Amino acid sequence: MIKDITLGQYFPGNSVVHRMDARFKLVITMLFIVMLFIGSNTIALEVGFVFTAMAYLCSSIPVKLIAKSMKPILPILALTTILNLFMITSGMPLFQWKFIAITDEAVETSVFMIVRILLLIAGTSLLTYTTSPVALTDAIERLLSPLKRFKLPVSELAMMMTIALRFIPTLIEETDKIMSAQKARGADMDGGKLKDKVKAVIPIIIPLFVSAVRRAGELATAMECRCYRGGEGRTRMRQLKSGAADYVSLAITVFFLAAVIFINAID
Amino acid sequence: MEAFAKAEKLDFRYSDDDRLVLSGLDISFEEGEFTAVLGHNGCGKSTLAKHMNAILLPSGGAVYIDGIDTKDEDKIFDIRQKVGMVFQNPDNQIVASIVEEDVAFALENLGVEPSEIRRRVDEALKAVNMYEYRNHAPHQLSGGQKQRVAIAGIIAMRPKCIVMDEPTAMLDPVGRKEVMATVKRLNEEYGITIILITHYMEEAAKCRRVIVMDKGKILLDDTPSEVFSQVELMKSVGLDVPQVTELVYELNKSGLKLDTHIITEEECADALIELLS
Ligand SMILES: Nc1ncnc2c1ncn2[C@@H]1O[C@H](COP(=O)(O)OP(=O)(O)O)[C@@H](O)[C@H]1O
Ligand SMILES: [Mg+2]
Repeated sequence: MIKDITLGQYFPGNSVVHRMDARFKLVITMLFIVMLFIGSNTIALEVGFVFTAMAYLCSSIPVKLIAKSMKPILPILALTTILNLFMITSGMPLFQWKFIAITDEAVETSVFMIVRILLLIAGTSLLTYTTSPVALTDAIERLLSPLKRFKLPVSELAMMMTIALRFIPTLIEETDKIMSAQKARGADMDGGKLKDKVKAVIPIIIPLFVSAVRRAGELATAMECRCYRGGEGRTRMRQLKSGAADYVSLAITVFFLAAVIFINAID
Repeated sequence: MEAFAKAEKLDFRYSDDDRLVLSGLDISFEEGEFTAVLGHNGCGKSTLAKHMNAILLPSGGAVYIDGIDTKDEDKIFDIRQKVGMVFQNPDNQIVASIVEEDVAFALENLGVEPSEIRRRVDEALKAVNMYEYRNHAPHQLSGGQKQRVAIAGIIAMRPKCIVMDEPTAMLDPVGRKEVMATVKRLNEEYGITIILITHYMEEAAKCRRVIVMDKGKILLDDTPSEVFSQVELMKSVGLDVPQVTELVYELNKSGLKLDTHIITEEECADALIELLS
């Protein structure tokens, strides 16, 4: 079950979206997030939906995968929905039972929030699905490189991200293994009160932590053996190159963003 | 001929008040050699390995790689490019989430031109038969495949020597075979000097030279058949011998007179057939 997490995973391919410059994809994703958050009515959200759908159509990422990436956030989604349903008291009551009331506005806001969160996850996942982590960190490094002047270790931060992304699947696998090992020894993982649940997590976290520290030490040595000496003088096999598709996509995104701002304004 | 790698009176301790992990160790490796290093856990094999590319520096004595003293800080990256290192756990050596990006890592660090990196990465991946996996993520590969990717990441630097610290210890029999075949080919076809630390006696038996370490010193340094014929000495330092050698040893103990230098199954079978006919 823990292996179902697809967040931050890359699915190699050769679509237009895959071949786009990672820097542009990153900027477009940020504009997309802005688009979703300033969009304050249904039409604005529909524009966001059309944009996401278009992006997915161009990316040849199977729809099944989108559904899969939603799974881990279902609890968060349920929680926000419940909070919205019960906390919003303005509007017409649709349902009343003692002091609990659900209004039409509450339902509307809940649906709105669900769609917004789903779009947010779908859109940002598309970035990591179609961009190799190395290209992604490269793009971040390049976009942040002006900050090098302020002595911010941008290359080193990018390297840290590369490694973090590389080790997510490894550590997930390891967590699975430790959990099975503890269960085999009779540990009760899913039952009980909150206190018991917290207690059950400790025998997983500690071995995981110990192993992560050991891995880090070994990885550092292996990196030294391969002549790693920080970002200075490093070259890249894959150069980030921007082309027509990148500028066109950016233009389309800006157009959609403008549309959302316009819709907001006339509302 | 001057040896490619040489340790002279090498002393090493991990911290000043610690005991000597390596003491007065003398060893040299010629270019193109294939050597196995054996020794009980904690005898200092990994410590010696890390001296070969200046990850550790001698506390006393000196190590020379291709004539360069490893203490020479200006040449440290020359040394690391000449002597690559492969470790036990392939997972902890792979830096990037895509195979080919990982193989490119060392070359990127060395500041090689992008087009040249591309060429050498393809070449290295083909050399370890992992070219068709170049776009895979490491976690989609088997242990043996991951270890071959780690080897590709090293040979992309075009090293003259590769030190392998128990590269097959975490692999299943299939992975072990793949890795050993790859290493053998690198030695034979590319002339890369191989120093293989292992505790599989069968792997050591296939090398041309076997070194046995004990308590931070070199105990034996000879051909596999000479080394493994000394069954009692090997057992006294906590090591095994190949099954064939063990068999010959036991048979001789019970009165037969077989050649103690037998290390391959064929030799053993031939000797037994001769004895029985
Ligand atoms: N980082 C370290 N700090 C202190 N002592 C160490 C360190 N690494 C290894 N040792 C000690 O050095 C000795 C030799 O270790 P090592 O070279 O790893 O042996 P081997 O690889 O032959 O099993 C061991 O006794 C070990 O405890
Ligand atoms: Mg060791």
